[in-house]
Amino acid sequence: MIAVELFKLVRRVRTWVSITLICALPLVVAVFIAVTHIAPPPGQGSAFLSAVLDEGQLYPAAALALVLPVFLPVAVAVVAGDSIAGEASAGTLRYLLARPVGRTKLLVAKLIAVITFAVLAVVAVTVTSYATGVLILGPSRAAAVGTTPGGLAPGSIAPGAGGAPTAGLQPGAAITSLSGTPLTFVELIERVLGAMAFITVSMLGVAAIALFLSTLTDSAIGAALGSLAALVISEILVTLNAASAVQPYLPTRYWLAWIDFFRQPILWRDIQRGFAIQAVYVVVFLAAAWANFATRDVTT
Amino acid sequence: MITTQQLTKRFGHVEAVRDVSLDVRAGDRYGLLGPNGSGKSTLVRMLLGLVYATSGSISVLGSPVPRHVGRVLPEIGALIEEPAAYPHLSGRANLRLLDAAGPHGARRTRRRRVDEALEQVGLAGIDRRPVRAYSLGMRQRLGLAAALVRRPRLLILDEPTNGLDPRGIRDIRDLLIGLNAAGVTVFLSSHLLPEVSALCTRIGVLDSGRLVLQDQLASLQEPTGRVLVSTDDPERAVATLDGLVERRDGADLVVRSVDPAALNARLVEAGVPVRSLMAQRRSLEEIVLNVTGAGSDQFGVPAGEAAPTVSPAQESQDII
Repeated sequence: MIAVELFKLVRRVRTWVSITLICALPLVVAVFIAVTHIAPPPGQGSAFLSAVLDEGQLYPAAALALVLPVFLPVAVAVVAGDSIAGEASAGTLRYLLARPVGRTKLLVAKLIAVITFAVLAVVAVTVTSYATGVLILGPSRAAAVGTTPGGLAPGSIAPGAGGAPTAGLQPGAAITSLSGTPLTFVELIERVLGAMAFITVSMLGVAAIALFLSTLTDSAIGAALGSLAALVISEILVTLNAASAVQPYLPTRYWLAWIDFFRQPILWRDIQRGFAIQAVYVVVFLAAAWANFATRDVTT
Repeated sequence: MITTQQLTKRFGHVEAVRDVSLDVRAGDRYGLLGPNGSGKSTLVRMLLGLVYATSGSISVLGSPVPRHVGRVLPEIGALIEEPAAYPHLSGRANLRLLDAAGPHGARRTRRRRVDEALEQVGLAGIDRRPVRAYSLGMRQRLGLAAALVRRPRLLILDEPTNGLDPRGIRDIRDLLIGLNAAGVTVFLSSHLLPEVSALCTRIGVLDSGRLVLQDQLASLQEPTGRVLVSTDDPERAVATLDGLVERRDGADLVVRSVDPAALNARLVEAGVPVRSLMAQRRSLEEIVLNVTGAGSDQFGVPAGEAAPTVSPAQESQDII
């Protein structure tokens, strides 16, 4: 059944269109930055973007930061929201269940397909943005600093701003961590892989919520929008001081913790909490999805 | 094959199925009749473990449903309301995918079984076009092929001839009769009386969720004790038969008699020119309308089919 769901995933045009769109966003951003040599000042804009003018090889990190808040969760929510509700509204759900495919088995296969989609998307973004970074922005473009047009905040691409979360990098050093110490290429690979894993896992909370809603309704779009609404609420509450009491339990609270992979040494505290909170969301909403789906009447 | 005991399903306050005790025997071609909204689809879904009963029990192929639905369903081919397929895939890809999804779909024989099923429903020549481009009739045939891919012992078909043209309806009827002769039990639901009448050996009638009738079609259609006579000389026939004529409509007479042969001999002896003479049998339509209450106007009798009062002899058998 898992193979069947994966086959359905890769044979859907939607899968590839959404992955293409997700990959296109960092490409567009890279083109603008490469043409204008204007990167956001440190501390502003998306993480790592201020650094990529100096170091094209860091672009995968910047690209992940670009797609993380909206594109990736939207795509995952659409795929997960469609998983049961889409089959129900198309009428294929009743034929699958009458085949028979066990309801629990179907739910697990759907979850695995959604995870596969998230992995595909994250890997695609990383690979394409690495190519983009190297080809368009170029490796170690420290020379570009001098040619940057004015109008930026002072010290925007200044070297040695170690410690600040999205500080620029030291020119000359091969690749530099956010803490200002150099990273070897192998370390960079490890940390990008770590960040990819963390971001994929960060999507599982959304996926589980969307999958649960997908078992409640026959409207795929409704399930996707419902889970996105939950995310938007979470993202707003994360920035709201008045909501600080609930913030540690919000699904998006530790989404940006993957940046800590690029510190020297890696700052594990928030990363671990991020993994833990996603695990809790996955367990709770999958259990709810299972409890609902296994006992409900299939009338579509 | 299928038995249910006091099966009841409530959706909120609505009782979709009430106290239904179905009895489908091995080798039957069973037709479940009922107007739209009478509970046919809910009943079919309960048999397949898609909808859970509120009370009562179900046994299919000797196993309780839904408890052992995983053991029962591989032996069943089902068409549940409209057929459904993944529109971006070809018909063949859809059948292979569905076959791969459940148990007992041996990969080794899949290609052959899929081709066989397509051939059975008259789709052997389909190309790689996606199902999106199929006509309604082709989708219906594909849905039937999907039901046949596992070579089931029992077919549960909800409205199997939906969307088919007269030729398609005939093809499917012949196919189902052929499969039945080869040992497959057929259970179908329909609101089309002529279809059921032409295909089924046993019927059940649902009315507002209740099973109001269940019997062999042949015994329901025993002669009624009336004979329909058509003659060029109705005056003399009426005079000869003396009080046995119940109704006269021009040259057509309805005569009370349990022995058509004797009646014929009597008329011929008296010199009445008999054009035709047949034992009256109740039409399926009459049988169904007789047991269903309000809402029977929802029966989808195709336009042009005569109403029972006009032609009670519709299903009768000519004996001359």
